[in-house]
Amino acid sequence: MPAPQKPKLAVWKFASCDGCQLSLLDCEDELLAVAGAIDIANFPEASRALMKGPYDVSLVEGSITTPHDEERVHSIRRSSKFLVTIGACATAGGIQALRNFKDVREFTQIVYAKPDYIETLNKSTPIKDHVFVDYEIRGCPVNKQHLVEVLSAFLHGRKPNIPNYGVCVECKRRGTVCVMVARGVPCMGPVTQAGCGALCPAYARGCFGCFGPKDTPNTTALSGAWAGMGVSDQDLLRVYRTFNSYAEPFRKESEAHEQ
Amino acid sequence: MSSKTIKVDVLARVEGEGALYVNIKNQRVADVKLRIYEPPRFFEALLRGRRFDETPDITARICGICPVAYQMSACHAIEDAFGVHVEGPLRELRRLLYCGEWIESHALHIYLLHAPDFLGYEDGIQMAQYHPDAVRRGLRLKKIGNRIMKVVGGREVHPINVKVGGFYKAPSKQKISELGEDLKWAMYAALETVRWVASFSFPAFERDYEFVALQNPAEYPLNEGRIVSNKGLDIPVREYEENFAEEHVEHSNALHSTLKARGSYLVGPMARYALNYEMLSPVAKEAAASAGLGRDCLNPFKSIIVRAVELVYACDEALRIVNNYRVPEHPSVDLVPRSSVGYGCTEAPRGILYHRYRIDDHGLILDAKIVPPTSQNQKSIEEDLFQFVEANINAPKDKLQWQCEQAIRNYDPCISCATHFLKLHLEQE
Repeated sequence: MPAPQKPKLAVWKFASCDGCQLSLLDCEDELLAVAGAIDIANFPEASRALMKGPYDVSLVEGSITTPHDEERVHSIRRSSKFLVTIGACATAGGIQALRNFKDVREFTQIVYAKPDYIETLNKSTPIKDHVFVDYEIRGCPVNKQHLVEVLSAFLHGRKPNIPNYGVCVECKRRGTVCVMVARGVPCMGPVTQAGCGALCPAYARGCFGCFGPKDTPNTTALSGAWAGMGVSDQDLLRVYRTFNSYAEPFRKESEAHEQ
Repeated sequence: MSSKTIKVDVLARVEGEGALYVNIKNQRVADVKLRIYEPPRFFEALLRGRRFDETPDITARICGICPVAYQMSACHAIEDAFGVHVEGPLRELRRLLYCGEWIESHALHIYLLHAPDFLGYEDGIQMAQYHPDAVRRGLRLKKIGNRIMKVVGGREVHPINVKVGGFYKAPSKQKISELGEDLKWAMYAALETVRWVASFSFPAFERDYEFVALQNPAEYPLNEGRIVSNKGLDIPVREYEENFAEEHVEHSNALHSTLKARGSYLVGPMARYALNYEMLSPVAKEAAASAGLGRDCLNPFKSIIVRAVELVYACDEALRIVNNYRVPEHPSVDLVPRSSVGYGCTEAPRGILYHRYRIDDHGLILDAKIVPPTSQNQKSIEEDLFQFVEANINAPKDKLQWQCEQAIRNYDPCISCATHFLKLHLEQE
């Protein structure tokens, strides 16, 4: 009897820093085991051997910012049984979505001497704006353990066990004293999805929202608390406009502080 | 008329997206284009109006492979603007963090991205079936680099503990001491790495490069120094833009950098090694000598040996810092924003990374300039390819194509950074 065929994994990149797909290579202890259980069929950052689809799971990094990529993502969807986005760029447009609040032509002129050579869209948009996404892994960057968890979940036909509560819960579980209450340090933890292990408060700084908005975030109340600590509208605007600025709760809250 | 085209549409085992196009007409190379189609992300534009203390976190996002380099160049540039110099244990801690990134990045490139070319495998995972001990050694080295970044920086990709002026929190003596055992093994493994890569066979190819790197009298350069070359350049960081030009070419989303006086130049391990050999630690010098390296190396295919020697140095240096670590009295120095311009340049694993910021009285950024190492190496890569293909014009197309890819990977190009890089097309007419 022939050996059962191994599931095929593909890794795709759009506008991004490569950090999330690097997180897969950063699974130093698990990498060879993962490679033993699945066929890494398309992962250009790691291999020059590129196999044709269809693929069982596609991991998609990066946001859509060019007309070509707008088309490419559809062909990836068509060749993938499950499509999982990895990181803030793919799930919320990334830091490059800051252009969505400005004029991209102006941005092009600032950086490039010959803007005519540059082909770019007005907006940087998440993958879900273009195709159906089966699962989103948050974070800037993703937590590498989440990658391993989601891959095993999809390959075994179960739901990934990833938290959707806020960073505050992780601080409590870790035993970190609240930086906002005890030290008056402004923190995004109350509105930000857990997953990083509440790193920043453990390093004596406020959370700055890498994992994007949690379920039902009360951003209005948080902004009120920050304002009470003397944070200006101008500063609040910048706080919501970082790596997940185009995720709806953060976008709307930032617009409330726009003068 | 004979014609041949080498086309690589998706250049693999590089960080980011690029393509290569080589056109051969009548047994001569007519054109070489390294096309970086990585979409532009406009960092220099989106930094305008941000506050100075956001720059380490924002610029880290330019590159997931070398975020520490971006954080360090940003910090130094802004500290320069505000007239502050970070010294003592904080400076040492930064150097330790940077060693962590060098170890992680060099181990990744040597073992998973570059060695498979020399041994004829598609990737590190396929190589692992035949060289399991080597690949495991590489992965463990990589993990140790990552562990340093985790302890000092909070996490491996986009560390959260770096702050303009120092750190948010200084790690305890115990946390740093715990790195010692790993680093002792890493030293042994790095020396083994030098022996392993020195046993590969290398295409005979040399070029008279202009090497550009930082240089400072006290140490092998990471964070500080003057920008010098082997052809007479010797300038402070603030004169970078007077001496280097960025050119926007149609085929690439990455700007090409040149030395205004002389054209293309090379940054990265080969340049650092040639210009700072004397500053290597004795064990790194010994490893270089035993691998057959002289005081400089002009064969870009041998850059893998130089990278391995730097791996030895980074482990040795990290161990030195760990053994002498004192917890800084304050995790950072205080800064007072002022209207000013600041310049910073540090040695990313791939070469010098230049930042310049103009800042207003409130600490808001008026404009920013960032020149990553890969955009500085682009022209040199194209020139290597031109000469290499011409010298090997009768080689079978498959072999030539693979060697062209390898020639690009000599530079450990980071395309994500440079966009603002690889498909390979080899065309013969």
